[in-house]
Amino acid sequence: MSILFKNAQIIDPAADEVTTNDLMVRDGMIVDPSGKAETVIDCSGKYLAPGIVDIGVKVCEPGERHKESYKTVGAAAAAGGVTTIVTRADTDPAIDTPEALEFIRRRAAEVAPVKVLHIAALTKGRAGREMTEIGFLQDAGAVAFSDGYRVVQNTKVLARAMVYAKSLGALIIAHPQEPILSDGGVATSGKFASLRGLPHVSPMAERMGLDRDISMIEMTGAAYHADQITTARALPALERAKKNALNITAGTSIHHLTLNEFDIADYRSFFKMTPPLRSEDDRIAMVEAVSTGLIDIISSQHTPQDEESKRLPFEAAASGAVGLETFLPAVLRLYHSGHLTLNQIFRAASYNPAKRLGLNSGRVDIGAPADLMLFDADVPYVLNRENLHSKSKNTPFDEARLQGKVLRTFVGGQEVYRA
Amino acid sequence: MSFTSQHLLGIEPLRPEAITEILDLANAYVEQNRKAERPDPTLAGLTQINMFFENSTRTQASFELAGKRLGAVVMNMAMQASSIKKGETLIDTALTLNAMHPDLLVVRHPQSGAVDLLAQKVNCAVLNAGDGRHEHPTQALLDALTIMRAKGRLHRLNIAICGDIVHSRVARSNLILLGKMENRVRLVGPATLMPPDVAELGVEVYHDMEEGLQDVDVVMMLRLQKERMDGGFIPSEREYYHRYGLDRAKLGFAKSDAIVMHPGPMNRGVEIDGEIADDINRSVIQEQVEMGVAVRMAAMHLLARNMKNQRDVLT
Repeated sequence: MSILFKNAQIIDPAADEVTTNDLMVRDGMIVDPSGKAETVIDCSGKYLAPGIVDIGVKVCEPGERHKESYKTVGAAAAAGGVTTIVTRADTDPAIDTPEALEFIRRRAAEVAPVKVLHIAALTKGRAGREMTEIGFLQDAGAVAFSDGYRVVQNTKVLARAMVYAKSLGALIIAHPQEPILSDGGVATSGKFASLRGLPHVSPMAERMGLDRDISMIEMTGAAYHADQITTARALPALERAKKNALNITAGTSIHHLTLNEFDIADYRSFFKMTPPLRSEDDRIAMVEAVSTGLIDIISSQHTPQDEESKRLPFEAAASGAVGLETFLPAVLRLYHSGHLTLNQIFRAASYNPAKRLGLNSGRVDIGAPADLMLFDADVPYVLNRENLHSKSKNTPFDEARLQGKVLRTFVGGQEVYRA
Repeated sequence: MSFTSQHLLGIEPLRPEAITEILDLANAYVEQNRKAERPDPTLAGLTQINMFFENSTRTQASFELAGKRLGAVVMNMAMQASSIKKGETLIDTALTLNAMHPDLLVVRHPQSGAVDLLAQKVNCAVLNAGDGRHEHPTQALLDALTIMRAKGRLHRLNIAICGDIVHSRVARSNLILLGKMENRVRLVGPATLMPPDVAELGVEVYHDMEEGLQDVDVVMMLRLQKERMDGGFIPSEREYYHRYGLDRAKLGFAKSDAIVMHPGPMNRGVEIDGEIADDINRSVIQEQVEMGVAVRMAAMHLLARNMKNQRDVLT
């Protein structure tokens, strides 16, 4: 089985520019373009990029399959050009035992057309009291350990979990936040929250959480990834930690890069996120940090919620948005506005997350797996949320004008989506 | 015709002319209400439902009286005692209501934005009687009418809103309305009870009563909302009263003819000295209650008119 992508504009995340070239795939791998191919795809005018590696996707199995299943999340990922999803452990019950992990691995393998990797809980029941069986979970395939958006408040428990994880070479993903200060806050402190009368949290709560976690990394030497940095005030701390050669990377969400607090407008609960959407100054600072590489990774933080959990007063509504299928057109807004190059985008969306997890994907080099997306960067359209593959349709981009569409997605050389 | 909205959800979306139209009509209703006989069939044949998801005796009574004076059939639903406890969502409640075909729906809810959400789902006119910390438009309108009648105008006045601003929907609606009508609004209170970045909304912020009340025409006191505080906003009630409670000495910094207002219910001895509250030369607190009925009559009258106009367009 071989495919020749002819005249593609190839986005190599390791390079600085897009180049027009041919790319050959044989037996699921990217190979030297020589000899005859069984299939030839004319890619003139289209972009070929490494598929997105999305860390922190919520699949609602087990517990809330009516919101999203492995089947629907797989279809959504394929349609979004996401070739690897890394699932969160904040299900009900949490993925905190090797048995639970084996169950979802089996489910994923049966029905999902894309590669599925799993994060396991860092503490039992995500309760922050006792570490999980990190070794067994690693053997069962967990690629990282995280309690999701729940902060481990007890620093003794966290320190031990980090030391133990370090000895096994396990990656910890955390949600930097001062949990007591941010308790109950559904909007970022400022003019908008004051006008709308919403319970608010200071953006400094994120910096305080990050400061604590950085001290913990310095103390334990553990490998640490901050799931979402969303405020300008947290960046100097992150920069210092990186300069001090701590094993730290940071992500941000596609929604915090493209939306701000004023998008909530008249209490639109589809714009309720964790952490809450920030000021425009913060958004701009995050885009800048992605362009310089200070923030390593962009993720969708895909969080399906059904209508019942969203159609409530803003304070009571569930938090989170689906993001797999709108990842590309949303991030392309930053390309069309001239704030990020395509190479920078795919460095943060594909290359860096793969590298952080020790995967050999996220690249278009010879020998890399043929996890690829072919897309049109310019085609304009208005998004209709009913057309999403996700079981839940809670996207903030409903009826938004977007540009850029995934045309085809390949996982290991197999086509899993065609528009 | 300046007030053309289908609902009255807040002051923020209203133009100054719309505010003036409501106040002018309300002013006429004040005189009508003072007469011995006052038959007015403006809302005859219409059904008004008062839905209060949060306790309120005063506001609910005011809305009920306003509806009845205009001939509406008024029904009160105490929602905190009913199906909400059984897990019914706001949307389900809206659908249930639609089946009853009310014409006017008066809603109070403890969460900001809940009344907007309900208004999107019901097929009748909705009046916001207070949503969380967001807005309480009829309170701001009745305060405006009180000021207008006491001061002879509703522009170029120095107005101080004092006390627990952060928890107050009354403060939000008032500062928006008074700003729209081109007054100078000051907020006075402890920093812990001030919303963040509130100065960006076009008000001056003071943390000291002496400075804040200097030469103001109107002193608007707010209730310390102890029920909305999860601890530690102020050190104690006695320190609060000492620094921010309105007494004769602090009122002395305001203009000699400054009026004192309070949306009620009052915590005497916490935010206001009982003697000031009862001083008929300074306090207009009783007038505020009277204006409340008139303003609510005007608001419902105009909403019914807008509804009728819209129905005429459709048929």
